[in-house]
Amino acid sequence: MDEPVLEVVEVSKEFPGVRALDRVSFRLRPGEVHALVGENGAGKSTLIKVLTGVHRPDGGRLLRDGRPVVFGTPIQAQRAGISTIYQEVNLVPLMSIAQNVFLGREPRGPLGLISRSRMHAMAADLLAGYGVTEDVRRPLGSLGVGAQQMVALARAVSVDARVVIMDEPTSSLEPREVETLFEVIGRLHRQGIAILYVSHRLDELYRICDRVTVLRDGKLVHTGPLADLDRLALVSMMLGREIGDVRDHGVTGFGEDGHAAAETLLRAEDLVSRHRLAGVSVTVRAGEIVGLAGLLGSGRSETARAIFGALPLDSGAVVLAGKTVRTGSTSAAISAGMAMLAEDRKADGIIPNLSVRENIVLAALPRLSRYGLVSRAKQDKIVDIFVERLRIKISSPEQKVSELSGGNQQKVLLARWLCTRPTVMLLDEPTRGIDVGAKAEVRKLIDELAAEGMGVLLISSDMEELIEGADRLMVLRDGAIVGDLRGDQVTEGNVLAALAHHEGDADE
Amino acid sequence: MSDAALASRPQVRRGHANRLQEYGVYAAVAALVLFNLVFIPNFMSLGNFRTQLVQVAPIVIVALGMALVIGTEGIDLSVGAVMALAAALIPLYLGYGLVPALAMALTAGLVAGVCNGLLVAYVGIQPIIATLALLVGGRGLALVMAHGQLVDIHNPALLNLGSGDLLGVPISVVIAAVPAALTGLLIRRTALGRRIVAIGGNRSASALSGLPVRRVLVTVYAICGLFAALAGVLATARLGAGDPADTGILMELSAITAVVVGGTPLSGGRVRVAGTVAGALLMQLVYATLIKHNLPDSSAQMVQAAIIVVAVYVSRERSGR
Repeated sequence: MDEPVLEVVEVSKEFPGVRALDRVSFRLRPGEVHALVGENGAGKSTLIKVLTGVHRPDGGRLLRDGRPVVFGTPIQAQRAGISTIYQEVNLVPLMSIAQNVFLGREPRGPLGLISRSRMHAMAADLLAGYGVTEDVRRPLGSLGVGAQQMVALARAVSVDARVVIMDEPTSSLEPREVETLFEVIGRLHRQGIAILYVSHRLDELYRICDRVTVLRDGKLVHTGPLADLDRLALVSMMLGREIGDVRDHGVTGFGEDGHAAAETLLRAEDLVSRHRLAGVSVTVRAGEIVGLAGLLGSGRSETARAIFGALPLDSGAVVLAGKTVRTGSTSAAISAGMAMLAEDRKADGIIPNLSVRENIVLAALPRLSRYGLVSRAKQDKIVDIFVERLRIKISSPEQKVSELSGGNQQKVLLARWLCTRPTVMLLDEPTRGIDVGAKAEVRKLIDELAAEGMGVLLISSDMEELIEGADRLMVLRDGAIVGDLRGDQVTEGNVLAALAHHEGDADE
Repeated sequence: MSDAALASRPQVRRGHANRLQEYGVYAAVAALVLFNLVFIPNFMSLGNFRTQLVQVAPIVIVALGMALVIGTEGIDLSVGAVMALAAALIPLYLGYGLVPALAMALTAGLVAGVCNGLLVAYVGIQPIIATLALLVGGRGLALVMAHGQLVDIHNPALLNLGSGDLLGVPISVVIAAVPAALTGLLIRRTALGRRIVAIGGNRSASALSGLPVRRVLVTVYAICGLFAALAGVLATARLGAGDPADTGILMELSAITAVVVGGTPLSGGRVRVAGTVAGALLMQLVYATLIKHNLPDSSAQMVQAAIIVVAVYVSRERSGR
C-alpha cells in the first residue's frame, strides 16, 4: 500500500460555541479519488479550510508525505502542493485566460519581462488537455462557467499539485462538461495526484471515487473503500440514522390519505430551473403538511424559492387556489396568499437594525397603512396579538430584533408572515439553530396552523421532524422528485431508500 | 440561551457608544454655541445668526435627500451637479415667470434623480458609479445650457427667496424647514419610510418579504434629486445669478459629511433626520467659529476632517455588527 500523500491526524477546530471538527483523522493516498461527504454542519468546509491553510487547527497534526506541516496561510498550503478548486470560480474574469492560468508565475523572456507569446502558447497547449479550445487571449469572463472551472482546474494542477481538493465542482456544469471533468480526473488519477472530491451527488461519487470519508457533526463517522458501502449505508451514515429493516425497493402505491378529500390549495407543476430543478411537481391540500426530504443540494430550498417567485424559472407553473400565480415575483406570490420562511434567518429573514415591531409588520405594511401613512395603533394591536400567540420573549416591541435569541427571531419571522394571512406557508428549516423549547413551540404552531386549514410545505434536514410532522413526504434527489410517501409509508426506512435509490434499478 | 450570555458583555459597552451616537451631535452643537456665546462677543447677534442659518439652508436640504439615499445603503454624488443644472435652467426660463422657471429647475432635479435610481435599481450599477456619471455629465450639461456664462438675475420675487424674510425668519430657512419636516414624517410615519430603512438594513430579506425594492430605490433617488434642485434654486437666489460653474461645487461632500456626522451609518438601515440637520449645523458652526478666531481656511478644513473621523469612529460600533 502506498504511503499517504496527506494525512490528517486527530484534527480539531473550535469556533465560539461550536466544535466544528472533533479529532478527525483520515489519509489521502497518491492517485486516489477520495470522496468527502456529510450534511450541513458536518465540518466539511472547516476541514477543507484547515487543509488549505485558511484555518489553523486547534489540535491535531497534518502530515504531508509523512512529514508534519503547519499551514499558516493559503500560500503555504499551495507551496506544499495542495491546490483547491472552489464551488465558485475565483479567478480574475477581466484578465485573459492565459494570464489567469499563469497568474503570479508568468513565463519570462529576455530582460525578465513577461513573454506573452510563450505564455499564450503554453496556455493553449495546457488547456487543450482540458477541452478548452477557445482563444487564450480572450478574457476569462467570456467563457461559460464550465470552461472557467476547467481553467481553474488547469491552473490548480499546473502548479505542481500533489493534492487537488474539489469542492462541489459539478454543481454548475452541464452533463457534457461533467464528462470532461471526469476524464481529467481520470488522467490526474493515473499521474498519481490525489483528489479530495466533495459532492452530494451519489451517482458521481460511485462513478469516480475509490474511497470515502463521512463526517457528521464535526466527527469522523467512517473512512474506507467506497465499494464496501452501498448507497443506503452511505446515506444512513450521513444522516446518522439506523438502516433498520429497510425495504430496498421502489416506494409507490397509495397509502391512506386523510386529506384526500380536502381541496388542493397549491399546485406547482413541472418546475424547471437550470442546474437546480429538473421538473418538480408538488401539491399541497388545505390542512395538509407536505414535507420535502432530500440531501443537501437536492433542490429542497430551490423548490420552495421557485414556488415563492424568488428563483427564476425556465418553465413550470404555480397555481394557488385555482389561480395561476405569476412566477419570478415574490410580491405576486405574497398577494396570492403565500408566505415563505427563508432558510437563512440572518441573510434572508431579519432586518437587524429594526425593532421587533417593525420586523413583524414589514410584509403587511400595505394593509396597515392608508394614503401611505402607517397606522401606529393598528401596528401595535397586531404586534401584541402575535407576540402573545407565539409567546415571543421580548422586553418591549421596540427592542431590536438582533438582540433576540435565534428561537425568538424565528418566531418574529413567523409572525411577520402570519399577519399577511397566508393560505399556504412554505417553511424552510423552521427549527434550525433554535433551542429545544422553541423548537417544540414552533412545531406545535405548525400543527395548529394546518389544523386551521392552512397548507404547509415543510423543509427540514431533521428526519424526525419531517416524519413526525408531515402528512405526506416528497423525496427529492438532484432536483427531481424520486419518492412520494403518504400515510403509513412515511417511515424513515422508506425515506432513506428513496434517497439512496439507484437509477439503474429504478422501478418507478 | 447561550446567545444571550454571549451578547451580554458587549451590550454594556454598546450602551455608551449608542448614547454618544444618539445624542453626540446635538451635544456638540450645544457646546459650540455655548462656547461662542462666552468667548466671542456678538457671535449670537441677530445678524450673524441669520447669516449662519442662511448659509446652511441649502446644505441641509441636500443632506436630507442624501440621508435617505444613504439609508438604502447607497450614495448620491450627483447632487452638486443637479444644483448646477437648476442654476443654469432658472435664468433660461425666468422670462416666462418665476413659477415656470422653478418648475423647470425642480423637474430637472426629479428627472436626474429618476435616472440615477433606474441605473441603480434596474441596471444594477453601484450607486457610487451610477451617480458619478451624472456628477461629471450634469455639470457639463449645465455649462452647455448656460453657454458657460454667469447670468445675472433681476427677478425680484426670486431674489426675495434668497434674501427676504417671512415673519422675521429668512425665507430660505423657512423653505429648508419644509423638506426637513416632510422627511421626518416620511421616515417615521409612512410605509415608504419604513421600507427605505428595511431595504438598507437587509435588501435580500426585504425582497423576500415582498417589498417593491426597485420602486423604492427609484423613489429615493428621485427625492434626493428634487431636494438638490431646490437647494440649487436657493443658492441661485442668494447669489443673484445663475452660476452653473460654481453652484454646488463639493456639495456632495458637505452633504455626506452632514449625514455621517449626524449619526446615519453609511452601511444603511437607518436614517436620522434631526441628526442630519444638526450635523449640517455643526459643520457650519465649527467653520464659523474657527474663522472668527482668525484661523485660516486650511486649519478649519483639518478640524472638519477630525470631526468626520470621530463621527465615523462612533458609528463604527453599529455597522460592525
